[in-house]
Amino acid sequence: MTTTETLPLKQETDIVTIRQRVRKAAEDARLGLVSQTKIVTAASEIARNGLIYGGGGQCLIERTQREGRAAVRLVIIDHGPGIANLEQAMTDGYTSGNGLGLGLSGARRLVDAFEIASQPGQGTSVEMWKWK
Amino acid sequence: MTAKIPILKMGDYLLISIQVDMHDQLALDLQEDLTEQIVRHSAKGVLIDISALEIVDSFIGRTLSHIASVARILDAKVIVVGMQPAVAITLVELGLSLDGIATALNVEKGMAWLQRNVNEGLRVEAERDDDRDAAAETGD
Ligand SMILES: Nc1ncnc2c1ncn2[C@@H]1O[C@H](COP(=O)(O)OP(=O)(O)O)[C@@H](O)[C@H]1O
Ligand SMILES: [Mg+2]
Repeated sequence: MTTTETLPLKQETDIVTIRQRVRKAAEDARLGLVSQTKIVTAASEIARNGLIYGGGGQCLIERTQREGRAAVRLVIIDHGPGIANLEQAMTDGYTSGNGLGLGLSGARRLVDAFEIASQPGQGTSVEMWKWK
Repeated sequence: MTAKIPILKMGDYLLISIQVDMHDQLALDLQEDLTEQIVRHSAKGVLIDISALEIVDSFIGRTLSHIASVARILDAKVIVVGMQPAVAITLVELGLSLDGIATALNVEKGMAWLQRNVNEGLRVEAERDDDRDAAAETGD
């Protein structure tokens, strides 16, 4: 069984809602507490990026299966300026703002599958999976 | 958004228990309020209970670090208590070290740490005064 919901990402409080809904999906998928915490933290990082750097967008939360295992899949999309140098952006400690530069690199470590696609001028899309 | 994180004063200490999932502005407001109250009350120690926090991401982590740095400049000790194990594990993997932030398992241990460290600070100051007196006596 797959359940899907799409949440707006337009203001800071939307990040809190996204965290709560990702938590719910992870609980429903019966992920362990540490896995839940990791996917929620990753969602928080990527959603904040989408809002701050991408000017907002949306977050798709899917509770589904991956190779027979219960899984949560997230897709966070914005229509901002995109990322010209992905390799640099994914480096620990790199920030073009005043962050810690751990959002992208850290989120990638926290999840089981991480994919980022970005075209300058066309926005950014990040897909993340955590499974049982 | 008018909700604020309450800051309680107890003697020389300020106590905060974060009970809500903070959006970023709320975390920044807390940082500002706390700075102001440390000054207003000449607080010597700050205890921040995060046992109800289900995640600490890089923004919250950075805010806690800022609070600790500012408090240090204002001569107050900060201790963060009650971090859930799953949160601690996640923080490490995220790459956040929270360097320079003292932590304790629970409120009791945190208070004991504050009492020790604040008193320690006072004792060192007193010794320095003694040294000065001694120096004055020997005439240099
Ligand atoms: N959605 C996005 N749109 C445009 N640029 C982004 C986006 N996400 C990340 N970036 C760029 O990648 C950098 C690194 O991001 P991150 O690792 O989250 O660190 P931080 O948010 O602390 O800067 C950002 O400073 C920004 O330049
Ligand atoms: Mg970021």
